[in-house]
Amino acid sequence: MILAAFLALFRRDLRLALRQGGDTGLVIAFFVLTVVLFPFGVGPEPEVLARSAPGILWVAALLAALLSLDRLFLPDYEDGSLDLIALSSLPLELATLAKCAAHWVSTGVPLALISPALALILDLDPRAIATLLASLLIGTPALSLIGGVAAALTLGARRQGVLLSLLVLPLYVPPLIFGAGAVEAAALGMPPRVDLLLLGALTLAALPLCPWAAAAALRQALG
Amino acid sequence: MLTRLANPARFMRISAVALPWCAWASCAVIAVGLYLALIAAPPDYQQGEAVRIMYVHVPAAWMALNIYLFVAVASAVALVWRHPLAEIAARSAAPIGAAFTFVCLASGSLWGRPMWGTWWVWDARLTSVLVLFFLYLGYIALVNGFDDPGRGGRVGSILALVGVVNLPIIKFSVDWWNTLHQPASVLRFGKPTIALSMLVPLLVMALGFMLLFAALLLVRMRTELNERKIRALRLNSAASVRPKRRSEHGVPARPAVLR
Amino acid sequence: MHAALGKQTRRPMLPHLSNRLSLTAAPALAVPLPDLVGEDLACRRGERIVFIGASFRLSPGDTLILSGANGSGKSSLLRLVAGLLTPVAGRLLWGIAPVAADLASHHACLHYIGHQDALKPAMTPREVLAFAAALRGRRLASAEPALDEALAAFDLEGIADWPCRWLSAGQRRRVALARLLASPAPLWLLDEPTTALDSDSQTRLEQAIATHRSKGGMVMIATHAPIQLDAATTLALDGLAPPLQLDPILAE
Repeated sequence: MILAAFLALFRRDLRLALRQGGDTGLVIAFFVLTVVLFPFGVGPEPEVLARSAPGILWVAALLAALLSLDRLFLPDYEDGSLDLIALSSLPLELATLAKCAAHWVSTGVPLALISPALALILDLDPRAIATLLASLLIGTPALSLIGGVAAALTLGARRQGVLLSLLVLPLYVPPLIFGAGAVEAAALGMPPRVDLLLLGALTLAALPLCPWAAAAALRQALG
Repeated sequence: MLTRLANPARFMRISAVALPWCAWASCAVIAVGLYLALIAAPPDYQQGEAVRIMYVHVPAAWMALNIYLFVAVASAVALVWRHPLAEIAARSAAPIGAAFTFVCLASGSLWGRPMWGTWWVWDARLTSVLVLFFLYLGYIALVNGFDDPGRGGRVGSILALVGVVNLPIIKFSVDWWNTLHQPASVLRFGKPTIALSMLVPLLVMALGFMLLFAALLLVRMRTELNERKIRALRLNSAASVRPKRRSEHGVPARPAVLR
Repeated sequence: MHAALGKQTRRPMLPHLSNRLSLTAAPALAVPLPDLVGEDLACRRGERIVFIGASFRLSPGDTLILSGANGSGKSSLLRLVAGLLTPVAGRLLWGIAPVAADLASHHACLHYIGHQDALKPAMTPREVLAFAAALRGRRLASAEPALDEALAAFDLEGIADWPCRWLSAGQRRRVALARLLASPAPLWLLDEPTTALDSDSQTRLEQAIATHRSKGGMVMIATHAPIQLDAATTLALDGLAPPLQLDPILAE
């Protein structure tokens, strides 16, 4: 019964993301644009670009994921759907997990999948491309989960978007360090294993903790 | 002790007595500390007179971290026992903590100029303090971001707990990042054995800062409580203008016990 | 601070309370429900105490109409009974079992239709109903008879597969109300259900409520509009506002 409700919510959010199309498209477009703008800022020298590619790609992916976060709970909060979800047979913790999972599938996965193409235009060492893909696939769930907490905390606040970025900024530092670190290690020909493991640890730690905190924040928004 | 203070009215009485003592004590201790730090303590054989910045920088860093922990503990108390005073303590302490964090960053930058030749170096400790500063800013913005101040306080409590869980993770990841990108030819804040002549002023300054924090916290909490009292009075004067129709509906006359 | 709540021993849920959850679209409720009782409920929104001392008793088949001026707390009382808000004083009970002891099964016992329709512009009414039922743990294939019945009861068959963004305010309201029938629950909490409804739709709503009551269901309605309901009792919230707004932090 709980699983059915979980899947129903997950599928609905995914379906809405696909049907409205805008969110995923916007996130991808933002990612591509940010990365493409960088060479204009730092110059076209391949060495410079290759050297900073891991950082550019990860920062751009992170900002792109951040961009869509305010849509995570706000529409449901504004149109009353959040009440239905709170009154469902699904505990609020699992409901936030379902929504974060849908957010990850509709933003994190596409970002990861498109990243190899962007790695090529930044002249990233080809050895690092597989690591880039892996690091984004491992790390973006943590971005969605941490972002879910911030989105729930800022629900109903004045100027939610700015507040959300401010809250998320310090919390995104660890995934960024380990994610970009893994890609950089691979680009330098070193094993990225430790960074990837630490990144995975972050995601695994976020998996139980973030839905719990987000649900606590949502209860405040409902009350 | 805590439960005795927990009553707002009693808190107002006790804090009114404690406040001047804290304030004058902090003035005196900081004055002594500054004398010891700026005049009595010897200059460092390597850093010269610039080392005296340390006597502000290091205690400020301690305060930055400890006040964040204070905010987190007060938030936990507010969430678990729903005590409004704990929430007021948390939201009152945060801006003071942010100010200490800023002092730590600014003095670190000033210290860095003669030592490193630049105003800012992405040193692991300075970077961690910078991230802590952003945690403070996020908390303060969130607490004040709602039209209903109660909502801001409760949501802020959750954020403070999330932040305190993240603090060691951030510290670890920044250290990790810093060892990877070891900046060459930079003098790093080492942990040499500190001479007693330097340790004493450091501890005196730390004590002075703690007293200063206590005094400022009391002032801010008292202000917040007075503000709430004014808001309640306003609401009441607005309510008394409304026609009273209670008696027609036979409402129970006994006062409701509010949880 | 939680003295009043803490003193209530956590009773195990009565057996019939858990039975009630498995009830399907049976012609009548197999087991009689206990009464839903509100005792001296008080509600606080933000810094304002909306009402104190709201009491009621709802037996199976009963209807309670909440009346009162704007801001008297009708919606707040409904949200409080739904368990979305926590009362600052008073108790809410099923018979003698406090609702707060088992909020999850309380939620399974009720439908709450707020003043918002909770529709997504990109979803069709059929999907909306199937999703609402699935959230309550009832899987409905899109062609299930229960779904068709719910759609038919509010005359929605013709627009069942349109995206909701095409619907008018009244149509949207009917989709929201059709949720009541897509999955059964003994307690209906309706916040201004007749808003934007035409007279035919209002009759359909009255019929749905009558059928629900005849099966032993309970209904709580906050409304301004006249609505045709037999033997309904009224709870007036006017005058339940406290004369003094006391911030608990200042109470000694």
